[in-house]
Amino acid sequence: MFEWLSDNRASIAAVLILVALGTLIWSIVVGRRQARLRANDEVFGDPVRTRGGWYWSVTGVSALFLVWSYYSWGVARAFFPDAANEMCQIAKLEEAISPIKAALPIGSRYYKSTLLASRNAAQLQELKEQLAAETAFSGAEKVTLAALITDVRALIANSSDPKNLSPETRDKLADITAKLKELAATLRAGPPAGLSPSAEALAQPKWGTTYTEIPMLPITARGMLFDAASGRAAEIASEFNKIRNNNPANDALIADIKTRIAALKKTNKSGEFDEKTRAEREGFVKAVERIFKRLDDGLIFPAAALRDVDAAIADLGAAEQDAKGGLRVAEALFFPGPGIVKSRTQCTEQGSARWLPKPTDVVAKFGQLANPDVENGGGYRGFPLLWWDWLPVSNIVAFFVPDWIADIWPGEYATHGPDGTITPNFKDKLLAIARGDVSLGSIPMLSGHIWDSLFRVLVALGLGIFLGVPLGLFMGVSRFFKSFFDPLIELYRPVPPLAWAPLILTIFGIQDDGKIFLLFMVAFAIMVISARTGASGVQLSKIRASHSLGASDRQIMWHVIFPNALPEILTGIRISVGVCWGTLVAAEMLAGTTGVGFVENIARTVSDYELIWVTILIMGVLGLVFDLMMRWIIKKTIPWRGMG
Amino acid sequence: MADLVCEDLSMTFTNPQTGAVVEALKDINFTLKKGELLSVLGPSGCGKTTLLNVIAGFLKATSGRVTLGGETITAPGVERGMVFQQGALFEWLPVSRNVDFGLRMKGSDPKESAALVEKWLEIVGLQGFGDTPTYQLSGGMQQRVALARCLINDPEVILMDEPLGALDALTREKMQSLVLELWKETGKTIMIITHSVEEALLLGERLFVMAPRPGRVHREYRLPFAERGLEESLREIKHDPYFSEMREEILTMIWDMEEEIMGRV
Repeated sequence: MFEWLSDNRASIAAVLILVALGTLIWSIVVGRRQARLRANDEVFGDPVRTRGGWYWSVTGVSALFLVWSYYSWGVARAFFPDAANEMCQIAKLEEAISPIKAALPIGSRYYKSTLLASRNAAQLQELKEQLAAETAFSGAEKVTLAALITDVRALIANSSDPKNLSPETRDKLADITAKLKELAATLRAGPPAGLSPSAEALAQPKWGTTYTEIPMLPITARGMLFDAASGRAAEIASEFNKIRNNNPANDALIADIKTRIAALKKTNKSGEFDEKTRAEREGFVKAVERIFKRLDDGLIFPAAALRDVDAAIADLGAAEQDAKGGLRVAEALFFPGPGIVKSRTQCTEQGSARWLPKPTDVVAKFGQLANPDVENGGGYRGFPLLWWDWLPVSNIVAFFVPDWIADIWPGEYATHGPDGTITPNFKDKLLAIARGDVSLGSIPMLSGHIWDSLFRVLVALGLGIFLGVPLGLFMGVSRFFKSFFDPLIELYRPVPPLAWAPLILTIFGIQDDGKIFLLFMVAFAIMVISARTGASGVQLSKIRASHSLGASDRQIMWHVIFPNALPEILTGIRISVGVCWGTLVAAEMLAGTTGVGFVENIARTVSDYELIWVTILIMGVLGLVFDLMMRWIIKKTIPWRGMG
Repeated sequence: MADLVCEDLSMTFTNPQTGAVVEALKDINFTLKKGELLSVLGPSGCGKTTLLNVIAGFLKATSGRVTLGGETITAPGVERGMVFQQGALFEWLPVSRNVDFGLRMKGSDPKESAALVEKWLEIVGLQGFGDTPTYQLSGGMQQRVALARCLINDPEVILMDEPLGALDALTREKMQSLVLELWKETGKTIMIITHSVEEALLLGERLFVMAPRPGRVHREYRLPFAERGLEESLREIKHDPYFSEMREEILTMIWDMEEEIMGRV
């Protein structure tokens, strides 16, 4: 079932997109009709005007879905499932032709020859100017070196002159031009009749269904045409790369320069120089030699010699566009961004589709993560998203019972007897319990990345409420409590929780303890402040009435001040949940091995955008659920709010 | 012998920042016998609420003392029930839990309490409203709950701080009748602070008109209207020529006092 859904995700998406489009149009029609019906009996600014209007929510949601589908190329995949494969073949051709383009203005503004000539000439000029100020060489040597530099410069001039171009090189370039034209003609002719994709190509996984983003082998006739063209283009490019401008004018000069450089190097090595001078001399000669070596292999061509190749490449580009045919329209309309690019081993989506996964893919990824069968690819990193597991009771006991309880118990730990065996006494058994080394059975417990995150938030929140509310209430009624604790709390509270994180995680460890303490700090401050506000906001007449009715101070605290502060306390909890959740995710990103934030952090390092979006959506939905829950609780427990 | 006695009661407030001293009450002397109904009237700032708060035990007098049945008052207590202007009900509790608040704090038997709550709700005209949240009640009904909450503790004195000030005219009249009925049925000593001259006349067996700066009892009256209100309709009493005469006299008196304050400032 899951396989079938996964393989047909393009078609499913097509149905969903059509439904969303229909819903969008329908909701706009309903909305407009409603607006017209209500136009007469409402004035601007009346808050009543915001009531109702579910149809605009429908419009918003369906519009969001459509925009998401469009920019993630979900629409493209739903309605042109083969287009990406064809674009991949074109990307192959582009990649194959790129070495030739790199030498030509069409790919890089200037001829590669132009850049080589101008850069090396400039560097030689610099060396020549440097030579005048050089002290390591004698006057005679300087003359020799200047002549050498002039001759190296002459290599550039010789290469750039069309008159020096050897007939052999000229033929080779003409050959390349002819082959490129031939390739363009093949593309223009279109796919030959009777061309059918190989069985292997047809057996490939579909676009986006596995870790391969786009199937590489051509599955359409047009794709096969481009695939074949890319093979041919690769051959042409390889031939082109082998062509060198070895002209006779340079050959003798190159040999001469080589001997002169060798002689200079020899002098440098054998001569009587101090360390510094020798290093300077060697450095200068090496600099000249380096430039010479860039020029002696004939990579500079006269601009005129490459003009035909440039034209042929431009023509090939035009032929490519012609051969694309209808694909050109689809690409322009439904593939926002730079399209598909082939890297060494795969074709990848570029632009928004790269970081925005298709809606169906996100659902599929979630399905994969939600699968609790971690042995068979479910969950993440061998840990389910949300499932249950047996938790040994002894672990829980060990968590609450510290080891030192056994240490301070009267008596000594058992020692081994004369026969080498040990009989544990009560103190030993107590230690075993404190360490969790006993079997007390197991209870079923939730487990998984989501549960770990939830657990941390809930425990921290519980502690924050349990300790923060009483302190806040006392601060609301007592000058001592208020003045004593106010500076302490107000000093640590304004520090962003994440600024505390490095310190807290160092002290308490990167496991649950550290994170729970960090979140506790956050929740505690919020709970103290809200409970305090609630307590100090109680009406004086209510307090006086309670006194007159015979209530003691403690009874007033519990029966009057606490319920009176309840609305603020619950609002505080609502805020705490939100802030804790945000802090937790960031803390999990800093350190840890489980939790939603951890998953997202790993997803980030491996650029798994689908996973990133899944974690973002999980957090969004959990936050929403928390808040709805709190709203419901507030509505149920304090219906008197705003009515007292 | 549960008389409420004020002896040379004086109260001054000192502003901790400026050191300015305000004489809120000066040399107040009176004795309120058990079962008397006293209304206190006066312009704003004459110290009538301060007097009530001292009697209730919320404030400690600077000099002099208040005794109830011979015992000096130092703190709030159940024997002096309070009714506030806004009811001061606990909005998180339903009506019955508000009414039995004092009993619960005392730790009374829940069954007995429930019976008492029923009884008092009936007396104040709220039978069947036990489970209603207080925030759903109208202002008049809230004050009925406040009265029941106070009376269920069986106090010796009931102190009311402008209890009907926030009610509309019609409800107010009904509540005035209720207060008179309760006074007669329970025989409690009642002290009512009010802003309304009519109310002070109707609900005052005795009436103090207080004057400001320093706060003192300016004049004292003994009136027949409360007694008559138990038999006749309050509206008829208001048409009585004597009532009108008294009303005019006191209104003029308070008017003059207000003029005097304005002139002095």
